[in-house]
This record gives sequence, C-alpha cells and structure tokens, in this order.
Amino acid sequence: MKAPNRPTSRSDLFWSFSRLALQGFGGVVAVVQREMVEKKQWLTREEFVEEWAVAQILPGPNVVNLSLMIGDRYFGIPGALAALAGMLTFPLMIVLALVAAFSGVSDLAPVQAALRGMGAVSAGLITATGLKLLSALKQNPLGVRICWLFAAASFVAIGVLRWPLAWVLFGIGGVACVLAYRAIVRIHHRAAHGGAP
Amino acid sequence: MSLSFTLADWLSLLVHFMALSLLAIGGAITTAPDMHRYLVDEQHWLTDHQFTASIALSQAAPGPNLLFIALLGWYVGVNAAGGASAGMATWPLGLMGALLSMVGILVPSTTLTFVASRWAHRNRELLAVRAFKTGMAPVVIGLLASTGWILCANLGSAAESWRLWLLTAAVTLLVWRTRIHMLWLLAAGALLGALGWV
Repeated sequence: MKAPNRPTSRSDLFWSFSRLALQGFGGVVAVVQREMVEKKQWLTREEFVEEWAVAQILPGPNVVNLSLMIGDRYFGIPGALAALAGMLTFPLMIVLALVAAFSGVSDLAPVQAALRGMGAVSAGLITATGLKLLSALKQNPLGVRICWLFAAASFVAIGVLRWPLAWVLFGIGGVACVLAYRAIVRIHHRAAHGGAP
Repeated sequence: MSLSFTLADWLSLLVHFMALSLLAIGGAITTAPDMHRYLVDEQHWLTDHQFTASIALSQAAPGPNLLFIALLGWYVGVNAAGGASAGMATWPLGLMGALLSMVGILVPSTTLTFVASRWAHRNRELLAVRAFKTGMAPVVIGLLASTGWILCANLGSAAESWRLWLLTAAVTLLVWRTRIHMLWLLAAGALLGALGWV
C-alpha cells in the first residue's frame, strides 16, 4: 500500500513542517502523525511506524530526524534541509523571543499551573498517537498477538520499570528483530513452496 | 552571573555538545543530566536556576523539545556578555551561544541519520532491514504510549493528582477517537491549569 499524496515542492515541505512544529507543544510527534498520515497523507500508518523506528534508534531529536528523512525521501538533500529548517526556524525564534522578553515570567504561579495543565494534555496526545498506530501492526509478519506482547513489554519496561531507553531498544527491540527475521524467512519459504505449510 | 569567556571556551562548548549529540538516543532531553553536570557543576557557566528555566521555557514554546539546548547556549552567551543585568547588550552573545549549541547538538546526529536512513532505504528489500523495521514497530509504539505515561507521572502521582490524570485520560480518548484539533485541547489544558482545576 502506497501513500496517496506527496509534498509538491521544497517550500511545501518547509511550510508544512513549520505549521506542524508551531502546533506541537510538549511533543511534536502527535502532530506529525496527524498531519503527515491523516491529513496530508504523505505516509501510510505502516510507513510512519517504519520511519519512526529508524528515527528512534538513531541518536538526536526524533522528530527532527523524522522530518529530515521525509524531506530527503522526496527532494534529496535540499528537501532534507527544507524540512529541517521548517521544523526549527520559527520555534527557535519564538523561544528566543520568550527568553529575551520574559525570562522571569516562567516562575509565576499561574504560568506554572498553566504549563502543568498543558503538560497533562500533551501526555494524552502522545499516548493517543501510540494507540492509533496500533492498527499499523495488523499486517506485521510477527502476528498481532506477538506484536501486542512486545508493545506491552516496552511500555512496562519504560513507563513502569523506568529502564534506560537504550536497554529497551537494543534488548526488547533486538529480540523482536530476531523473531521478525525468522517470521519473514518462514513466509518467504512458504511462498516459494506453493503456499502449503 | 558574569563570565570571562575565551575562544577556547566557545570551542569546548561546541565540542561537548557535538559529543552529546551522538549519545542522544531517544532525543535531546536524554542528555539533560549530563548537560547539567557539565554546564552547571563542572564549568560554572550557568546557574542552576538558568538551567531549570531553559527547560521550563522550552516547554512553554511550540516546537521540538530540543529547543531547551538553544536556551542553555543563550544563557551561556548572556553570562559571557556580563549577565542578565547588562540588558540588550547581551543579546548578540546570547544569540551566538544559542546558534553554536544548536549546531553542536544537531550536526553529528542529523549527518548520521541522513547517511543511515539513506542506506536503509536503498537496502529496504534486504532481509535484515525488513526484520529491523518489522521487529521495532511494536516496540516503538509501546514507547510512545509509555512516553505519555511518564510525562503524566512526572506531573504528580495518580493518587494525589487524579484530576490531572483524568485530564490526560480524557485527552487520550478524544484524540484517539475524534478529529478534534490539538490546539483546542492544549488551550483547554492551559486554562484548566491556570484556574487551578487540575
């Protein structure tokens, strides 16, 4: 399955990423998923999850990595730079203006309380993004049940046990990749032998 | 706070951020403890208060979380220019600090991402690449859900801050099941917070 749309130009990339960066408070990934997958449909859910896996395992800010990868996919290096610039230019200007003008304001009690409320909302935005992407696992060669098991194990390891991210990515992720390798080989094998198990 | 800052100091700031860039698996925020150790405890380029303010302010602004790094650089520059009391005269060095730290934290990791993602795309039919993407898919989905959980847990325990958790749960349901605009939800969260309801 291919995504129905694609960015039309480098400036489309720049402005699209600017718009979604400016909507992202406390976690841009939720907005990226909604804009790229649901609204603009540059990526399918499955493609988004695959790209996100690559962006996550590499060092650096995940959404920045993701924007670079999407930009590069369609317009090469200029596209990567346009997407990166879109992701960073306006937010950087805003945050610097904030610090230059209101460095003291962030300590005020109502501002702190408002930030707390926004924090709770962005927590919900990110959790919902995870839940929405679960449907991307339907076609996964591992099978839905094993996928759920790995998703739940990663959730518990990070959310409850607070293991370091690298352990989870390389530990749980490593086991999942080995199982996925075997599952793909098995499917190939079956296809090569006329579909009979 | 006022510093005397040499070219060598700017260079070591850049080099330190470049090194951390390649260690930032899971995002720039994972390097915050080491940033604190280096900038506040070891070099005394920043006050503790400036460090905390950088993280708080970057959360109040839209955009990726890594912007707190630009603010750390900004404050180093401001301190190097004679401290916040020197007013607008500190802005040029502040800007230079912000740009330098963004370049440092971004260039190594984005270069690696660029090379690695191109390689992965070119070799996408390779069994190992397909196995990686297939296997990592459920893991990264679980991680997204746990990120939300941790964000909420950091704001307060479920027993004490149950209204906050309720808000998070309601937002989760709304975003999952409806197409309501996220900015409305954020505005509602800010309002509920400012009114002291959550």
